[in-house]
Amino acid sequence: MSAARVGVVTFPGTLDDQDAARAVRHAGGEAVPLWHADPDLKGVDAVFLPGGFSYGDYLRCGAISRFAPLMEELIPAARAGLPVLGTCNGFQILCEAHLLPGALMRNAGLHYICRDQGIRVENTATPWTSDFTEGQEIVLPVKHGEGRYVADEATLSALEGNGQIVFRYVGGNPNGSLNDIAGIRNEAGNIVGLMPHPEHAVEDLTGAPSTDGRGFFSSILKKLVNL
Amino acid sequence: MSERADKRGGQEPEAHLDTVKRAEDTPGERQPYAELGMKTDEYDRVRDILGRRPTSSELAIYSVMWSEHCSYKSSKVHLRQFGTKAPESDALLVGMGENAGVVDIGDGWAATFKIESHNHPSYVEPHQGAATGVGGIVRDIMSMGARPIAVMDALRFGAADAHDTRRVLPGVVEGISHYGNCLGLPNVGGEVVFDPCYIGNPLVNALCVGLLRKDQIKLATAPGPGNKVVLFGALTGPDGIGGASVLASATFEDESHAKRPSVQVGDPFMEKLLIECCLELYQADVVVGIQDLGAAGVSCATTELAAKGTGGMDVRLDLVPLRDPSLRPEEILMSESQERMMAVVTPDDIDAFMAICTKWDIPATVIGEVTDSGRLVMTWYGETIVDIPPGTAADDGPVYERPFHEPAGQVALNADDPARLARPDDLRATLLQLLGSPNLASKEWVTSQYDRYVRGNTVLAQPADAGVLRISEVMPGAEETTRGIALSTDGNGRYARLDPYAGAQLALAEAYRNVAVTGAKPLAVTDCLNFGSPEDPEVMWQFAEATRGLADACKALGVPVTGGNVSFYNQTGSTPIHPTPVVGVLGVIDDVAKRVRSGFTGPDEKIILLGDTEEEFGGSEWAHVAHGHLGGLPPQADLEAERAMGLVLTEAASRGLLTGSHDLSDGGLAIALAEACLAQGVGCTVSLTGEDAFVDLFSESSARALVTVAPESFDAFADLCAAHEVPCYGLGTTGGTSLTVEGVLDVPVTELRETHTATLPGIFG
Repeated sequence: MSAARVGVVTFPGTLDDQDAARAVRHAGGEAVPLWHADPDLKGVDAVFLPGGFSYGDYLRCGAISRFAPLMEELIPAARAGLPVLGTCNGFQILCEAHLLPGALMRNAGLHYICRDQGIRVENTATPWTSDFTEGQEIVLPVKHGEGRYVADEATLSALEGNGQIVFRYVGGNPNGSLNDIAGIRNEAGNIVGLMPHPEHAVEDLTGAPSTDGRGFFSSILKKLVNL
Repeated sequence: MSERADKRGGQEPEAHLDTVKRAEDTPGERQPYAELGMKTDEYDRVRDILGRRPTSSELAIYSVMWSEHCSYKSSKVHLRQFGTKAPESDALLVGMGENAGVVDIGDGWAATFKIESHNHPSYVEPHQGAATGVGGIVRDIMSMGARPIAVMDALRFGAADAHDTRRVLPGVVEGISHYGNCLGLPNVGGEVVFDPCYIGNPLVNALCVGLLRKDQIKLATAPGPGNKVVLFGALTGPDGIGGASVLASATFEDESHAKRPSVQVGDPFMEKLLIECCLELYQADVVVGIQDLGAAGVSCATTELAAKGTGGMDVRLDLVPLRDPSLRPEEILMSESQERMMAVVTPDDIDAFMAICTKWDIPATVIGEVTDSGRLVMTWYGETIVDIPPGTAADDGPVYERPFHEPAGQVALNADDPARLARPDDLRATLLQLLGSPNLASKEWVTSQYDRYVRGNTVLAQPADAGVLRISEVMPGAEETTRGIALSTDGNGRYARLDPYAGAQLALAEAYRNVAVTGAKPLAVTDCLNFGSPEDPEVMWQFAEATRGLADACKALGVPVTGGNVSFYNQTGSTPIHPTPVVGVLGVIDDVAKRVRSGFTGPDEKIILLGDTEEEFGGSEWAHVAHGHLGGLPPQADLEAERAMGLVLTEAASRGLLTGSHDLSDGGLAIALAEACLAQGVGCTVSLTGEDAFVDLFSESSARALVTVAPESFDAFADLCAAHEVPCYGLGTTGGTSLTVEGVLDVPVTELRETHTATLPGIFG
């Protein structure tokens, strides 16, 4: 049986693509590079939108990437159920593309912040979080300047009511996100966006002092094998 | 006529263009060389070289290439010692004089690294000044053929609570943070130091390290007549015009705000694309020679490339793509617009070169051709405006033997021994006073604004003693290796003020030690020499002493200087900064998985102090914080002891004997113990070995470090120390929730942490 294939998208200014691909490989999957200008998903089984400063964050974070030729393929595929994970700038792009509700604004403290952050897993009914347990507390790095999640009240209460809050910050909210939201999913559950970086927490030697990020990659690979 | 020329709005067709012909016809025309920072004898020398007066474009080139910043005219005679005294080293692949030095780190890999100042621009406009400092050093590393893999910054500011520090520091940090984070380079170390002497002259020294295969080194050279000269990257605008000669070489006086437009503006997104584009160009092997455009922009790139190549180059300056079409040729030559590179490409490869630039949306333009004429000839819409031997601008700048003498008052300063200072009764209070002082307090307010994880190869980052990076996964598909590199920068202006010779040696010793405590073997050095005005004989003495000290120390420790940077004129009025040599050391660790973590990593480990402690308080953090005192002599730099301890540390790490380590430096043993406890929240109980607890805890003797070993490794480690004649003292055991020095003090780790972390947020918000 061939390994599950996870596409890793590179926009101009994407930074964490190499890390995301490495994390996929370490978990036993095949990382397939996807190029922003190439409207071809190459038949991948899932897509990872990594962090960075795509298009220099010009206009608004993720606002230009959302119109990349690849996104014209990705948006309908995601709506049709393709598992998609967006971290950091990837989360911002998912919001800009209206695949996830709400928006990410300048951090409350106005500074970029890089730190190892406590996170509670609130929802495991997604292909990216099934290996966690609900209420499990994990540590992942956050590193962003615009990670304050906001949405109108109706959206927030719908997210809370539907179990669409997937991650919440614990031990201090680094950016002023409403309801301490660190990550959310769409109603169907196949699309997940979060500000923290699981791909920087998969190895003992490097990155954050935690390997809790492995759960994301083991979850999706199991899901794809069992499809 | 080209489209752009038409856009100049029907100007008279260049009636006032200062062509070579016009220069020959008007030999007596007065030229503003003094305003460009050139001395009369320098101007006369240009006239001698050319056999006529220079055109205004030629004057622009010579003025900027012969500025202190580009020509090292005051420092050159001293810097030569780094070559003449250089230790034997098989590791050095490319030494001083290129964009950056390159060191062999084994298994076919090479590392290139360099530190460079961006001090004056960071005072005028902290955000952009610091940001473009990062951008500039990253392009130096790229131009060697390497992938940049990490950055670090050595920063000096005025007193932490000074009004202007609250303007400068947040801006500098934000500039470094934005530019570096956006580029995707982890920031893995550096320094933040406060001292009133830097109030009008902050120091922003940016270091970058890159990796490349040993056989893929690129050089700044333009060989092969007929090869194309390509300018690629950002468009050229009116950024930093005259920055190199005016801004970087003039002492700050009150009119500095009038110079604001001279600071360049950076675009990290363009630089990120430029990095990926260059790496793809190298991979495709379509680059013969390459040079980044930094200070002096097109002037520097064309003269240096031509001088190091076949010797000649024809350039059509009107082909330079402009952001502001009204720019004059003189301005184009001096513009310091960021994110630009110049490459030499064979005609056969030019299409492939352009296709890769197009893929990355990088504007690229052929602006000239390599020739064997021995002349750099530039035209502007068909008229010749530059015709010079390029080496005369690039290499044959003036060389000054500036007079120097020991500063008046140096003897009195050295005689003012800190022995006269009142010693504290309450050592617990002294520990907390020092730990919360701005220089020793946690720098997390700064470093949490830097991405330390991106690219996924960060093994150790601040507050660890040195940044450590894994090599094997830097470039996909490259050969596997277990190796890693370690990097640290250090410097102590107070020590150097008391004795610049020893101060420079102590800076090297500390950086060497910081690399060694991680288990890496120190290999090579880069330096950033920050001083006042070289025209002041007292400053020049400090410079001469510091370079002599550093060169001697490099020889003693067996680590060659591979490159660096001199920053003069760091003074306001007649008051210079403390002489501040900042030294970066690069080391290699054979198996990066065996790196040693900083501090105490678990309970029940044996704590060992390496090295002897003398009563040395001159320039110490205690004298500074408790008494505002600077006098006496700095600690002795014992380089033999430093080297022996380095051998013990690297061998012990490779044998897996060490469970943790930490160097001793500012604030002595007391601060080292506190920091070791804070690393993972592990306490300790220790007993002092000397007669005077105050001296044991706060003296700053060099060549000392703390290590921890498992109890069963203690004897093996002690034997290793004995074999290398390194003094080794068992101090106690890790564990518990307090830092306990038996019979002296006891502080809960939580209290240490509160004291350590409160200071900077309290000042900067």
